[in-house]
Amino acid sequence: MTNSDKNRLKDKAFQVFGIFCTFIGLVVLAIFLIDILIEGISRIDWDFITSLPSRRASRAGILTAWAGTLWILGLTSVIAFPLGIAAGVYLEEYSKKTKLANFLEINIANLAGVPSIIYGLLGMEIFGRILGLGGSLLSGALTLSLLILPIIIVTTREAIKAVPRSIRDASYALGASKWQTTWNQVLPASFGGILTGIILSLSRAVGEAAPLIVIGALAYVPFVPTSPTDEFTVLPIQIFNWTSRPQADFLVNAAAAIIILLLITFILNGIAVYLRSKWQNKVKW
Amino acid sequence: MRLLLKSHLACKNFPLRVQERIIEGLLWLSAVITILITAAIIWVLLSESVSFFSEVSIIDFLTDKEWTPLFAQKHFGILPLVAGTLLTTAIAIAVALPIGLTIAVYLNEYAPGRFKQTVKPLLEILATIPTVVYGFFALTVVTPFLQKIIPTLAGFNALSAGIVMGIMIIPMISSLSEDAISAVPRSLREAAYGMGSTRLQTAFGVMVPAASSGIVVSVILAISRAVGETMIVAIAAGQQPRLTLDPTVPIETITTYIVQVSLGDVPHGSLEYRTIFAAGITLFIFTFALNNLSFWIKKKYQEKYD
Repeated sequence: MTNSDKNRLKDKAFQVFGIFCTFIGLVVLAIFLIDILIEGISRIDWDFITSLPSRRASRAGILTAWAGTLWILGLTSVIAFPLGIAAGVYLEEYSKKTKLANFLEINIANLAGVPSIIYGLLGMEIFGRILGLGGSLLSGALTLSLLILPIIIVTTREAIKAVPRSIRDASYALGASKWQTTWNQVLPASFGGILTGIILSLSRAVGEAAPLIVIGALAYVPFVPTSPTDEFTVLPIQIFNWTSRPQADFLVNAAAAIIILLLITFILNGIAVYLRSKWQNKVKW
Repeated sequence: MRLLLKSHLACKNFPLRVQERIIEGLLWLSAVITILITAAIIWVLLSESVSFFSEVSIIDFLTDKEWTPLFAQKHFGILPLVAGTLLTTAIAIAVALPIGLTIAVYLNEYAPGRFKQTVKPLLEILATIPTVVYGFFALTVVTPFLQKIIPTLAGFNALSAGIVMGIMIIPMISSLSEDAISAVPRSLREAAYGMGSTRLQTAFGVMVPAASSGIVVSVILAISRAVGETMIVAIAAGQQPRLTLDPTVPIETITTYIVQVSLGDVPHGSLEYRTIFAAGITLFIFTFALNNLSFWIKKKYQEKYD
């Protein structure tokens, strides 16, 4: 066998290995999903979704968990979106190339890399103790808002960056001020990209358990929260709690709750992907 | 007449200008809040850690080989938690790096364009699944499976937590490395082909070295992610701080310890309570150093092609 034959063989071998590696992740994903479905799907019924938690696995439901998740999503959106978008607009449209701008940029990249559990410690001290919010919904939503803020800022900046200079120039030429240009031209033009980022950040917030456990969200909440100062639990914490129990029945509950959680995550991501492709096709500058 | 018009304009413009300044101020404030967040994180971690280290010597903290703050016989050596964290991280990277890098090279050098466009978003699904779900997989699927191969494997262990964490970070390494490789100009690849190289030789002889800074950055970010990962290890790796490199026994990571204390009933202000901040600041230093290392490499070694 000549050298070039050997090399060609190695090349083919790597190609096979490449296909193998590409699919191994997807196969494992498929195994996981199928396993979860087999284990949990039969447990999902109307009672499971509308029942309060219980010490008996067969009677326990996820009503308080998904209600808590919806509350957290809503409150986090209200807090994080305006803040994140405003910061993104400032950094992209207003700030000049100063030392402060440079520092802000490094700082935001750093915040994106801080482990979520550290945000939990921050939230527990600042919101839980110093502001006296304890383990309430508001405390949890504020903590998660800080967690997803870097994601929103970065995606907002990218969306704004994609708006061409000529749109701004045209607006200025008509006598519009900076804010009028930003509000009436730049933001509507980058709306699709910003929305995609927002939804992706929400899908991140939906799955977080660690920071909420640290601020003191409970696994067992026997009522549906009715105000932002109520105690709460969320789906991931409920899943964690059920998974940590030794009885097999609770594992089935956990699998069923995972199906619901994955459904929410996939729907959010699906919307984001759809919006991204729709906007990419529609807007051509 | 012109004067009149001018003053009229000024009058109309005055409130607008004030409005503009107020809005700019508000936007500036939103951006500056991010600095406050960092300051608050450092302040919270430092202030509680300082009171911790006034009771426990920092030398004990760094050299004691046992971590038992919740027992009667208290030891405050962070090493077992660090060892647990590094062990699960090492296993995760050992899984994710070869697979992720191979995927990046394969998608760039071998796969047809349409295949790449379908597979990339599919792989990214792996990164969107909540980590608590991965923990469930590790405990209920991967550990029982591995126990068939390694009968001595404990129910909680670093191995299956690490492997599952590795699967989770595959898309992180593959995506970022793939971006780095595809940023290498075509001319380099064509030069390699022109010399008679195979695709494999081109990939690992030219493209990967040319994209090495981007690949290293992707690995560092993946390590940082794995170090801070909480729910997978909290569910599947156990809660027994132990200074070992044996992946088959229960261990405890820094993050798991924080969760363990948060779930329990530790009174605020006690020494046990402060241990989670001492553990937290250790974790923060690790990830902070890794993240900044990655920025530095990105800035310093980024190859510029024109």
